[in-house]
Amino acid sequence: MLSNTYVNTLLFGVYPYICLVVLLIGSLIRFDREPYTWKSDSSQMLRKGQLRLGSNLFHYGVIVVILGHFAGFLAPHWAVDWALDPVAHQLLAMVVGGIAGAVAIFGLSILIYRRLADPRIRLNSRKWDIAITLMLWLQLALGLLTVPLSAYHMDGGLFETLTSYVKGVVTLDGGAAALMVDVPLTYKLHILLGFTLFLVSPFTRMIHIWSGGGALAYLFRPYQIVRTPKTRAKEPVRS
Amino acid sequence: MKIRAQIAMVMNLDKCIGCHTCSVTCKQVWTSRQGMEYAWFNNVETKPGIGYPKDWENQERWQGGWKRKKSGKIVPKQGGRLSILAKIFANPHLPEIDDYYEPFTYDYEHLQKAPELPTAPVARPLSLVTGKPMEKIEWGPNWEEILGGEFDKRSKDYNFEAVQKDIYGQFENTFMMYLPRLCEHCLNPSCVASCPSGSIYKREEDGIVLIDQDKCRGWRMCVSGCPYKKIYYNWTSGKAEKCIFCYPRIEAGQPTVCSETCVGRIRYLGVLLYDADGIQEAASVEDEQDLYEAQLKLFLDPNDPGVEAQARADGIADNWIAAAKRSPAYKMAVDWKIAFPLHPEYRTLPMVWYVPPLSPIQSHANAGAIDTNGEIPDVRSLRIPVRYLANLLTAGAEEPVVTALERMLAMRIYFRRRQLGEGGGQSVLDQAGITIAQVEEMHRYLAIANYEDRFVIPTSHREDAEDAYGLKGSCGFTFGNGCDFGPPHSTLFGGKMGRRKLNPVRPLDT
Repeated sequence: MLSNTYVNTLLFGVYPYICLVVLLIGSLIRFDREPYTWKSDSSQMLRKGQLRLGSNLFHYGVIVVILGHFAGFLAPHWAVDWALDPVAHQLLAMVVGGIAGAVAIFGLSILIYRRLADPRIRLNSRKWDIAITLMLWLQLALGLLTVPLSAYHMDGGLFETLTSYVKGVVTLDGGAAALMVDVPLTYKLHILLGFTLFLVSPFTRMIHIWSGGGALAYLFRPYQIVRTPKTRAKEPVRS
Repeated sequence: MKIRAQIAMVMNLDKCIGCHTCSVTCKQVWTSRQGMEYAWFNNVETKPGIGYPKDWENQERWQGGWKRKKSGKIVPKQGGRLSILAKIFANPHLPEIDDYYEPFTYDYEHLQKAPELPTAPVARPLSLVTGKPMEKIEWGPNWEEILGGEFDKRSKDYNFEAVQKDIYGQFENTFMMYLPRLCEHCLNPSCVASCPSGSIYKREEDGIVLIDQDKCRGWRMCVSGCPYKKIYYNWTSGKAEKCIFCYPRIEAGQPTVCSETCVGRIRYLGVLLYDADGIQEAASVEDEQDLYEAQLKLFLDPNDPGVEAQARADGIADNWIAAAKRSPAYKMAVDWKIAFPLHPEYRTLPMVWYVPPLSPIQSHANAGAIDTNGEIPDVRSLRIPVRYLANLLTAGAEEPVVTALERMLAMRIYFRRRQLGEGGGQSVLDQAGITIAQVEEMHRYLAIANYEDRFVIPTSHREDAEDAYGLKGSCGFTFGNGCDFGPPHSTLFGGKMGRRKLNPVRPLDT
């Protein structure tokens, strides 16, 4: 069904833009209108235990995975080709992505276990807190599944198709969806679930990813912050 | 020099009766909400004891405050900026809620609804985190009240450093004191320095340290960064909260709730003018025992015309300068030197100061054969070891604490003699290094402690900060958007964590 042309265009040509628009506009609206709800929602306070291992493994793993996706799919050809031929590029992606993904899914499994098994965390979880962790786990599993699958396509051809598709989406190329017709199902599901994660992010705790990036500003600010009545008056009520 | 003003607090521990009125009124006003049940912006500890949260003074464990590097620079003890960011996913030094205590209520309803039983019905404790019955309450916010619990556990108290503590476990030698604690509203706050979002700030005009609730992202580094453990993570809202020094009251010239309701009249609020340019240097002095003196030097004499002119130039309003001249905090900290910062060795330059408590002469000194030092009883024969107080208030330097205790004793001796018509108090005062004028004033502030003397709080100039016309008729203190009253409005964006209900299990009902 996913290879029906109409459905294919809908899922890979239209749906991604719906998701991206909701992600960007939704996050902006939440940041502007509901800043008090914008937080990382940590449950470490309620139970330290397994969180330290699980959270560190998951976050560091997933950061490598996300940065890898950005670099791998969006880096222009001239930036990569001088160093890596397509086969080597694919191999690098498989090894680095495979390891980081495995680390992340191991960490996330600990976090899911903790969230479901510990009554303190379980009883204080929103439905979406649980749903989003399960979605992330599934997404990581799908991503990891593509690693052995890719081993069957070591010529770099499929990898090139996917790269072209992602670049096509980002560059607003209306024809990009057609590239996806013959891509194996696992990749399709991985991409669809990925965009779905974008879609739900503004309504879940996932918004804290933006702030994780924002926290980098900490590296460059002085330790002490003093607000004067004058600066407070000029500041918008919500910042 | 850049002069700033702060409303500082001084607590006279000599008069604290440990009634907890401050804690209870504070809780009623600020933290009686889900997610904050465990949090006490103000709490009163019985010392010696490990306190709340457990062992809070042990910075080897919690890594709060600052450390001085060999280069002479100070960095947060839990790490520099990069190190703090690297720990953002799981803060290794964050206390768990059990380090404070698991908040609970009781199944009161059962007392009314229980059927006829062979035994009296019991109200079992219900956890406010899970809503489920708790087997046993293991710890509470005031577990060590009036020396509750074994000495073995309480003697883990960090202030026993260099004190021969074993003898204080014996009944005849035991001692205790109360220590009310709240946010110190430090000059060099390590919570502000630890916040990756930059959401915590110090207000220039009155020194109050606040968390911008709209900017806080719940990274939790401030909780471990604060050596006094006075920032609390609200596990329902996912934001950090702390004592706000009742700033809406301070702005209106009223004392904080804890001060206003203090039965023993131990709390004082007054303006201190300080040199903001000197903070870094004062917090970085090499020897920890010099930190008290270094901080003292930051406080400027409001009666000095030069200081007054500079303060005016730096934008401090006339009513604040006038208040600084009558400030009880300045008199106690700088003029009489009987008040001290709490744990200056954390290098945060705290702004809630304490007058150390006097205590009875140890029982082994016979009546009539009390060790005296000149005309003043030797303060080292007091029940509370001087070293213990010094560890608490001056990073272990005993001399300033001895002087303060002697001055307080001298005041008592002087007034006792005067009351009895004996005269000759002058030599006592000379020995303690205070004048008659000073001791008269000390008596007025410490013994009489009139409301107008304890609280000298200039109103703030809100007209500089806010559009009062625009605020007219709007709702006051709220969480999030809009007004808080009425049923919670629905939101697209998640809202609160866990709408948990209490669901008691009553094994006796069948």
